[in-house]
Amino acid sequence: MSPLLIVVLRVLAAIGLMLANGVVLIYMLRKVLGHLHVRLGPMHMGPKGVLQTTMDVLKLLTKEDVTPTNVDKVLFFIAPALVFVPALMAYAAIPFSETWRITDLDTGLLYSFAALSVIPIGLLMAGWASANKWSLLGGMRAAGQQIAYEVPLLLSVLPVVMVVGSLNMSDIVAAQSGLWFVIPQLPAFVIFAIAGLVELNQTPFDMSEAESELVAGFASEYSAMKFGLLFLSEFSNSFIMSAIGVTVFFGGWMIPFVPAEVMQPVAPVIFMTKVYIGIFFMMWIRGTFPRVRIDQLMQLGWKWLIPASLAWIMITGLVIKVWQLGPGAS
Amino acid sequence: MGETVNGVAFAILAFASIGGAVGVLASRNVVHAGFWLLEAMVAVAGLYLLLSAEFLALVQLLVYAGAVSVLLLFVVMLTLRRREDAVRPLDWSLSGAVLALLFGSMIYLGIANFDIPVAEMPSTVPDIAALGEILFALDGGWVLPFEIASLVLLVALVGAVWWSKEDEK
Repeated sequence: MSPLLIVVLRVLAAIGLMLANGVVLIYMLRKVLGHLHVRLGPMHMGPKGVLQTTMDVLKLLTKEDVTPTNVDKVLFFIAPALVFVPALMAYAAIPFSETWRITDLDTGLLYSFAALSVIPIGLLMAGWASANKWSLLGGMRAAGQQIAYEVPLLLSVLPVVMVVGSLNMSDIVAAQSGLWFVIPQLPAFVIFAIAGLVELNQTPFDMSEAESELVAGFASEYSAMKFGLLFLSEFSNSFIMSAIGVTVFFGGWMIPFVPAEVMQPVAPVIFMTKVYIGIFFMMWIRGTFPRVRIDQLMQLGWKWLIPASLAWIMITGLVIKVWQLGPGAS
Repeated sequence: MGETVNGVAFAILAFASIGGAVGVLASRNVVHAGFWLLEAMVAVAGLYLLLSAEFLALVQLLVYAGAVSVLLLFVVMLTLRRREDAVRPLDWSLSGAVLALLFGSMIYLGIANFDIPVAEMPSTVPDIAALGEILFALDGGWVLPFEIASLVLLVALVGAVWWSKEDEK
């Protein structure tokens, strides 16, 4: 096969995975939230309602694409694409197994975060272009909280990078063959989990779309598949964040005490299972916690998470140095 | 084959970055200007990528596109009282023309009098670990400039906090 064809096929595979994820995750969210609220969730389309989101996608595709009169037409049109493309880009560096990945980047971890960091621009653009106070507020909240929490998010994975000595996602997974980093790096994981939830605009940090206050925020003027793209990227981002978490803190495709050769054939399945467990926890949090206030969110970020992550980087650095001078000196 | 692909990619990215810069100046809507700036920054990240400077490209994307331009847009949107204020008239006054002339002649003199350094691409691209070692080498490294830069940023940060405190009274 020509190398160009392989590249095209890989990109198509990423799009396919993203779309499939979106459909599955929306169904999962409805079911999980339903059962948490002692409801049944969707039940009518197909057995136990499994076809519900497929039908919803068909509905979104066939709806009229309304463009309100006063919107900033160009930006209104670009914004969903600007949210969707980085979300798709972020799939490129995720290692599903030792051989299953789209690319093997030396800077994989940084690449994923760089891709995710472009998304708030799209939200801001959507909020501005909608020519609607609520949308603008939603977009600005999204941008504000993502800018604020990018710092602790990046700082929280830094100790792991220091221990491994590489930004390559495969190296990070390989370094966890003995012990998952979640145990020695528990404080880093806690910071990562909180900052990750904020980055995803997930409840309890979903001020940017808070239905009761902002009428879905930046997405409220969008209809049909433009809305679909905004929504799809959001679900895809929770997959990406969970995948980064699994890779960095939960040993990627590996299971402790099982040799890597045994797991090789089922590695992608293990990885996907772990990622979906992570997403289940996010939905659990979403179903049980109330929303915090925006000033509380900012206080938590700047006054607690950033100093805490800096302190943890210092501690990790000291431990590594002592280890290098002492027991690991040989 | 590789040469042509690189050439085409360079042409697209160069056009995009210069076009973005022109867009910043030419658009009368300040918010649009902000988004054009973002486009120029992303295109420059692409140029870095074309030079195999992967790390630099990602940092450019993360810091300049992901943070600086968002901050800029944020401030612009926050300070606009009304949506219509975003559109500004073009300034045709004499002072503007003088300023443009001065700036243009400065750039022209700069290009005319100094040779633009041209460097060959190394045959193998150093990886990130090598970059880190060069940056933080104990002798001849860039630790001191790095620390000075971070100190300057810290001073700016403290200054901003102090400034906003004064405002509150």
